[in-house]
Amino acid sequence: MAFVNLQNVTYQYPLTKSPVLQDITLQIEEGEFVAIIGPNGAGKSTLCYALGGFVPHFFKGEFSGMVEVAGKKSSDATLDEWVLTVGLAFQNPFNQISGAKYTVFEEIAFGLENTGVPREEMKSRVEQAMAQTGITDLSDRSPYTLSGGQQQRVALTSILVMQPRLLVLDEPTSQLDPIGTREVFGVIRAMAERGMTVVMAEHKMEWIAQFADRVIALKDGATLLEGTPQEVLTSDLLTENGFGISRYTSVAREARRRKRWRADVPLPVTLDQAAEGFAFTPPS
Amino acid sequence: MNIEVRDLHFVYPTGFEALKGISISIGAGEQVALVGQNGAGKTTLVRHFNGLLRPASGSVFIGDWDAARCSVAKLASRVGYVFQNPDEQLFSRDVGTEVRFGPRNLGYPKEKADGLVERALSLTGLTDKVEINPYDLSPTWRKMVALASVIAMDTPVVIFDEPTTGQDAATIARIAHVIAELHALGRTVITITHDIDFCAENFDRVIALSNGQVLLDGPAGEVLGQEEILARTYVEPPQLTRLGKRLGFKETVRNQEEFLAVVARSAR
Repeated sequence: MAFVNLQNVTYQYPLTKSPVLQDITLQIEEGEFVAIIGPNGAGKSTLCYALGGFVPHFFKGEFSGMVEVAGKKSSDATLDEWVLTVGLAFQNPFNQISGAKYTVFEEIAFGLENTGVPREEMKSRVEQAMAQTGITDLSDRSPYTLSGGQQQRVALTSILVMQPRLLVLDEPTSQLDPIGTREVFGVIRAMAERGMTVVMAEHKMEWIAQFADRVIALKDGATLLEGTPQEVLTSDLLTENGFGISRYTSVAREARRRKRWRADVPLPVTLDQAAEGFAFTPPS
Repeated sequence: MNIEVRDLHFVYPTGFEALKGISISIGAGEQVALVGQNGAGKTTLVRHFNGLLRPASGSVFIGDWDAARCSVAKLASRVGYVFQNPDEQLFSRDVGTEVRFGPRNLGYPKEKADGLVERALSLTGLTDKVEINPYDLSPTWRKMVALASVIAMDTPVVIFDEPTTGQDAATIARIAHVIAELHALGRTVITITHDIDFCAENFDRVIALSNGQVLLDGPAGEVLGQEEILARTYVEPPQLTRLGKRLGFKETVRNQEEFLAVVARSAR
């Protein structure tokens, strides 16, 4: 049995006319790093909420199907039980910061306090998590005087510190600087290597291609494509359906049309693949 | 309208010195991208342009106005600022009222205001959403409402603070189109962005900030090729620039056409 198991999940928010998730079935193995891509309104955030238990527990609405993580069904658990297994970092970090704490250190300790972790363990876990995401120097700052990107790192850290078995991230790097983005992807990849299961909604194809094990492309609340980054991110279906693709893929596709990319070489999704492919550009 | 920043310093009440002597000159009608690591001072800098923050020392001139001596309300007629987080900006009960607020507040005659609102709604793709409460829209659409409500004010200077955050390809293309339209109208556009590919494809001039100081300032083709210096402020060159460099191109390529032109030449 897969670690994460979604069966025929269909969901409609209250006061809306149509379901935003439509019959989604998917399985994720423990330690897998899965990226969810899709245009705005495809249902990426809602799928994150369904994994995190906020759909339907917090948002109400009409839910059918099953979300199962580590053998437990979300419908059988309360939200405060569910968050011990699944950690969800929100798209807008501002919505996640508690507002009850004066410093970044205390903010990150908030979840541990509420789950009864002993004081000494709490301190060392907070320090360790802050070091992982590179925010140790923000420890004594107020969460509300930080820049957008710094707040986003704090929001991510406050979920990582809980050491959830399933980590769900809704565009966790949207406000980060470019090298910071790559670093955060690296931290998350390392978590997956140590057995944490990761589901991440993201638009940044270059880093998805390099770090994720599998990509699920959502469109109108349903799965359009699913496979390795190489399979999904080079599919013609993506551009036809309004998905963004990396410049490596798009420039090689255009080069192939102009006979500057060998027809027998797959389209690239990473810098390395693109460099290798263009080194073999056929002479005209 | 031009902007002159001279030796600008700013210190937050916590004692944190966010700007440490910034001097830049932006000409009327320029399209400038502002890049740099989180906490570099990008947002702090632009918030001096519309008076939300006041210099500790140094000066900011918007045209012939000394920003330190003008109220935020007065500066609003020259500088439009789209917040990074739309939820800090939106307050009306429907999209139409929200977008109309700015031009009405600036005292434009009804006909002019109507025309501006209509143009802003159509540029941002919101024409069919005027009756919806902004908070019933997705965060990505709320960003477009924030954008529309500022461009409807028809100010000579427009500032976008991370407009492409979390947006899909179609919306990013729409934002690029809005910027091109503002350029055609002769507006000065300043955009804070971490999306370096978007930056390379849509801006002629790039200013990189680092720890409250100007690290690089020049034509995009020059600035975006400085891999080692940019790394100091956590910025990487655009994807195709890096690819070109890896392949040993002598010139800095910024977009697909420039890249393919070099490929075609070298294959000959």
